[in-house]
Amino acid sequence: MNPPHDGVAIQVERVSRHYQMGDALIRAVDDVSLSIRAGEFLALLGSSGSGKSTLLNLIAGLDRPTSGAIFAHGRDLAEMNSKELAQHRSKTIGMVFQSFNLLPRMTLEENVELPLRLAEVPRGERGARVNESLERVRLSARLTHRPSELSGGEQQRAALARALVNRPAILLADEPTGNLDSATGEQILLLLREINESLGMTIVMVTHERPLADRFAHRTAFVADGKLVSAGGRE
Amino acid sequence: MKARDLTELAVRNLREALLRNSLTTLGVAVGVASLVAILSVGIGLQALATKRLSRSGLFDAVFVAPRMNMRGFGRPDRQKPGTPQESQPLDEDARQKIANLPNVDEVYPEIRFPTEARYAGNPYMTIVAGVPDSARSGGAYDGMKGNFFSGPTAEEAILQIEFAKELSGQPDTLLGKELVLRYAERQALAADSSASDPVRKKAAADSAKGGFSIVPREKILRIVGIVETEPATGFGGFGRGRLLIPLKVAEALRIAQANDLRDVLRGAAGKPTYLSLTVRVKSPRQVQAVEDAIKQMGFGAFSLLDATRNLRIIFAVFDLFLGIFGSLALTVASLGIINTLVMAILERRREIGVLKALGAADADIRKLFFAEAGAMGLLGGIFGVSIGWFIGRLITWGTNIYLRRQELPGIEVTSVPWWLILGAIIIAVVVSLVAGLYPASRAARLNPVEALRYE
Repeated sequence: MNPPHDGVAIQVERVSRHYQMGDALIRAVDDVSLSIRAGEFLALLGSSGSGKSTLLNLIAGLDRPTSGAIFAHGRDLAEMNSKELAQHRSKTIGMVFQSFNLLPRMTLEENVELPLRLAEVPRGERGARVNESLERVRLSARLTHRPSELSGGEQQRAALARALVNRPAILLADEPTGNLDSATGEQILLLLREINESLGMTIVMVTHERPLADRFAHRTAFVADGKLVSAGGRE
Repeated sequence: MKARDLTELAVRNLREALLRNSLTTLGVAVGVASLVAILSVGIGLQALATKRLSRSGLFDAVFVAPRMNMRGFGRPDRQKPGTPQESQPLDEDARQKIANLPNVDEVYPEIRFPTEARYAGNPYMTIVAGVPDSARSGGAYDGMKGNFFSGPTAEEAILQIEFAKELSGQPDTLLGKELVLRYAERQALAADSSASDPVRKKAAADSAKGGFSIVPREKILRIVGIVETEPATGFGGFGRGRLLIPLKVAEALRIAQANDLRDVLRGAAGKPTYLSLTVRVKSPRQVQAVEDAIKQMGFGAFSLLDATRNLRIIFAVFDLFLGIFGSLALTVASLGIINTLVMAILERRREIGVLKALGAADADIRKLFFAEAGAMGLLGGIFGVSIGWFIGRLITWGTNIYLRRQELPGIEVTSVPWWLILGAIIIAVVVSLVAGLYPASRAARLNPVEALRYE
C-alpha cells in the first residue's frame, strides 16, 4: 500500500465496504481510491444509494472498511483502535449532516459546546471558542435559543459552528443543503467556501446537486454503484 | 469526558424524561425504604435487647464464688494448668484483693435472703436483695415509680411490682408507707471463761473458735419506689429479689446465711465469708482479663460474655434474613432501572450516534449511562433512606400506642444507625450501577452509522 504524500489530507486506497444482507452481498463502496489535498474543497456527487455517504463515513472513522486503507494526515485509520478513532473524530474531523442533528433539548450554545466537552477542553476556554464559532456562522445573537426556535438555515449554520468549534483540519458535510431551500442552501455553501478559504480547511461535501458542486467545490468526484467513476477538477 | 461534564449531561438527560425517571427513582426509593425499614426493626430490637441486658449489669460483671461453688453451671471447667488448685476463702481480704485488680470498678457481695415482711399487720414471705448504690446510674430503675434510695445507707425499700400488688390492690399508694422487715441476725457468742458450768465453759471455748447465735430482729423500712421489671444486680439477678434494700443496709443486718455453718467448721466465724461476690468491670472488653486474674487467685469466676456472643450471632442471622427480604423490593427496582435505560437507548439512539460522530468514545457513552443509573440510585437511595426512617418511626409510634394500651412502658423498636444510612445508599448506587451494566454496554456498542440513520 502506498504511503500518503505530503500535502495530502486524505488518501483513500482501494477501499471497499461490503454488507451481507441475507444471501446478497451489498457493495456499498467498491475498490475506491481517492486522494484529497490539504485545503481542497471536494464535492462527492452521486445518486441516492450510490455509496457516497458510506465513503464519507469511512473517511470520518464512523465505519471501518471491509478492505483497503484510509489515511488522514498520514495516519492509517485501520490501525486505530476504537478510542483513537473517537479522538480522530473529535480532533481532526468536523461533521455536518443533512438533518442538522442538533440536540433539541440543548440551547445553541450548549450544542456548540458539546464537542469541547467530549474533547475535554478546559472550561475556561470554552466560552470564547463557542462565541468565535458562532460568530463565524453569524449566529452569536442566538446563543440561548433551542434548535426548534431556529430556521432550517440557522440550524445548519449552528451545526456548522458545532463542527468548527474543535478547529478540525477536515470538514465532512453530508448533504448539507439537502433539507434547505435553494437560497438558504446557497448561503450555507458560501459559508463553507468562506471557511475553506479563510481557514484553509479541507472540505469533503456529499451532494447530489451538481450545479452547486460545480459552483463552490474545487473538484468533483462521481460515485455510482459504490465505484468512483470520475474524479475531475474545476480549478 | 471529564466527570463534571459527564454528571451535567447525565442530570440533563434524567431531567428530560422527568416523569419516567422519577418513577424509576421512586422504585429504587421504595426498595431502599423497605430494606431500611425492615433492617431498622432488626437493629432496633437488637439494640433494645442489648440495652436491657447491659442495664442488667450482667455483661460488665464477673461473678466470683469459692471454687467448689462454681460447679454445675453447665460449662466445662476451663481451669488452666498452673492455676492454684486449693479453694480460697471468699472473705473481706479476698474482696479487697479483687477490688485492687486493674479495671475493677466495684466489688460487692450478693446478699439475698428469704424472710418475712409485715405490712399493715399482715405477714408476707418474700426474698430480700441488697442493691449496690452504683445500680442508681445503671438505668434499670429509670422507669420506676417513686425514687431510688436516697442514700447508700438509707433505711428504705423498693418493691418489685408483683410483691407490691400482694401488699396492696393499689400499689402506687404504698409509696411513702412503712413496712417491717423481720430477719435472723447472726451474733457472735460472748466469751465467758469465768463460767463454772462445764457446758457453758465448753460453749465459751467454742465461741473463741468462732461459734455464733441467731437472734430475731426487726427493721422498719420506708417504701420509696416500685419497679415494674425485676432489675438484676449481678449473678444473683437471676434470682427473685422482690424487696430491694440498699446493699450497705443489707450488710449491716448481718443476716445468718448458709455458709455461716461452714465458717464455724473452718474456725473462721469471726471473719465471715461471702457466698459470692459480684465484680463490676470498667467495660465488657476487660471482663475476660479480670475473670482470668480472679481464677489465678484461686476462686471460681464466671461471666456472661459467651451469652452476648451468642446473642450477636442470633441477631446477625436475623438481620441477614431481614436484609434478604428487604432486598427483594430493591431487586425489582433494579429491573425498573434496566427497563428505563433500555427505553432511553431506543429514544436517544440518534443522539448517541451524534455524540459518537462528534468524538465520544464508546467508554464515554458507557459512562454516561452508568452516571444516569448511578444518579437514579443515589437519589433513590437518599429518598429511600428518608422514607425507611419515617416508616421506622411509624412502627415505633404504632408499637408504643399498643404498649400504652397494655399499660406497658414505651420502647424504641426501630433504630437507623449511620452505617445503615450509608450502607443503604451505597447498596442503592451499586445495585443501580449493576442494573445499568447491560444498557450502558448496549448503548456503547451502538453502530454510529446506524444510529445516525435512526428516525
